[in-house]
Amino acid sequence: MTDTKDFSDYKGVWVFIEQQEGNLTRTTLSLEMLGEGRKLADKLGAPLTAFLLGHNVGKLAEELILYGADIVLLADHPALAEYRTGHYTDIICKEALERKPDVLLVGASPVGRDLAPRISFRLHTGCTADCTLLDIDEEKKILVSTRPAFGGNVMATILCPDHRPQMSTVRPGVMDMPVKDTARKGEVVTLNLSIDEAADPVKVLSVKKREHSGINIREAERVVCVGMGAGDTQTFARLEELAKELDAQVGGTRPVVEACLITHDCQIGQTGKTIRPELYLAVGVSGTVQHTTGMSEAKTIVAINKDAKAEIFNFAHYGIVGDASKIVPALIDQIRKAKAAR
Amino acid sequence: MNIIVCIKQVPDVTEVKWDENGSLIRTGLPSIINPNDKHALEAALALKDVHGGTITVISMGPPQVEESLREALGMGCDRAILLTDRKFGGADCWATAYTLGLAIRKIGSFDMVITGVEAMDGNTAQVGPEIADFLKLPLCSYALDIRCEGDKVFVLQNMGDMVRELEAPLPCLITAEKELNEPRVAPMDMLMEAYAKEIEIWGMDVLDGDPANFGLKGSPTRLRKVFSPKRIKGKVEILEGDPAESARKLVEKFKEHNFI
Repeated sequence: MTDTKDFSDYKGVWVFIEQQEGNLTRTTLSLEMLGEGRKLADKLGAPLTAFLLGHNVGKLAEELILYGADIVLLADHPALAEYRTGHYTDIICKEALERKPDVLLVGASPVGRDLAPRISFRLHTGCTADCTLLDIDEEKKILVSTRPAFGGNVMATILCPDHRPQMSTVRPGVMDMPVKDTARKGEVVTLNLSIDEAADPVKVLSVKKREHSGINIREAERVVCVGMGAGDTQTFARLEELAKELDAQVGGTRPVVEACLITHDCQIGQTGKTIRPELYLAVGVSGTVQHTTGMSEAKTIVAINKDAKAEIFNFAHYGIVGDASKIVPALIDQIRKAKAAR
Repeated sequence: MNIIVCIKQVPDVTEVKWDENGSLIRTGLPSIINPNDKHALEAALALKDVHGGTITVISMGPPQVEESLREALGMGCDRAILLTDRKFGGADCWATAYTLGLAIRKIGSFDMVITGVEAMDGNTAQVGPEIADFLKLPLCSYALDIRCEGDKVFVLQNMGDMVRELEAPLPCLITAEKELNEPRVAPMDMLMEAYAKEIEIWGMDVLDGDPANFGLKGSPTRLRKVFSPKRIKGKVEILEGDPAESARKLVEKFKEHNFI
């Protein structure tokens, strides 16, 4: 690691804001990044810039200031209505070369994971993908990014000491939402754009919503999580009943999603959602690291598993060692009794 | 239709085990073709079945990657190139994309480059889009379906809660999702033939690149440390008893926490 290069003219933290039809995308990811970006900017003593691209998205720009941005770079143009890799990359890179940000954060969403690597390659800089933790090295004043690696089995801390901007993509659901401050002031800088349609030959012919369970598992206060140890049809049916008794939503591990018992939007873990509910009841979940990175922040964790050595018990506050097919009906029974006794 | 497929040989991280101290045991994991990349291979083979042409498979890594390239030849690829050189070692996404991109440029004429969306060991999903940027190729990521008509390609793109239909000119770069297809298994006779085929070996001197951009030296990112995710080992309170008894104890806990 060398510190020979002078980056003193690179300043500020940039956050790429994702929007769909003028609204912040379904998740609060962009705002979570603004909140985190604010903390990093304060540690660096530098301004926080939100980079917003789209069409007719001006009213969003003001909103971003209330959530912590000092400056909003606004690229508003009909050609930017739908996310397009080529145009978005061209515009962000051009501004980055001129304005020299120190840090650039992009969401680890489908859009962000498509966009960030194109930007980082073009700017010849490093991008740490899917970060779950960001910080500033006090001494060197550089970005310290932590992400799951090796299939989620370990965590890796990664730096980008000799290139700028230092880029990271940020996993949804792991950073805190910032508080909206209606008194906050900032500056919206509208960019003058000249977009050559031919510069991005990929056309978006149609956009369709995907089949969706209608559940936002990230917002659920209580989650019953199904693992393969409870994935047989009968136990699964009883689990849905149990969830209803507890007023909880049903989520699942990746194998359960792959077995089509639940939809992908309810998958919890590294390749699914990261959640922090009040109650997390894991039934027949072994507790691979890929899964536990998505739930270890839950407030009360209960595990039911027939294997007393299952990794999930290392995360749980309460555990029952036993077969889910027997424990789950007993639990429904006991909950109903407790409710009836009130 | 001439297609270049980039594959990665990865340790099968779904087979990871821990020792009694909770440390990851990294040795002894089987090496496989990255699952997403098998879908990339199948996509190329399916296009070849319809449109004809040749498929070149390339991979960067240590000499043992030859085994994965032979498997790709056995699946039906025509040519295999192994990018191997000590100077490639320690490459991050940027340096990997640079090296693969130079190799693709050297291969020359092609209609399409296909990669997997992401590797199961790194999960960054960055190398495919980075190669596209290096070679100034239109990018169609997260492909659920690929259809070619004349000099155009139509791709269904998986954007999580949305699916988009993209139209791109050829040549372009596509990254393959696992829902794209069901990869074929290399038949035994083709595998045997694959072992008689030549695997071309390209090192840094073959690629016309800047030596400063390869391997660890050419990697903008630096690994500071690796650690096991935090665990709250030993804190669990096991509720003993038969199903009814343990369930009753849990309900008591639920009551304490106001969940009931």
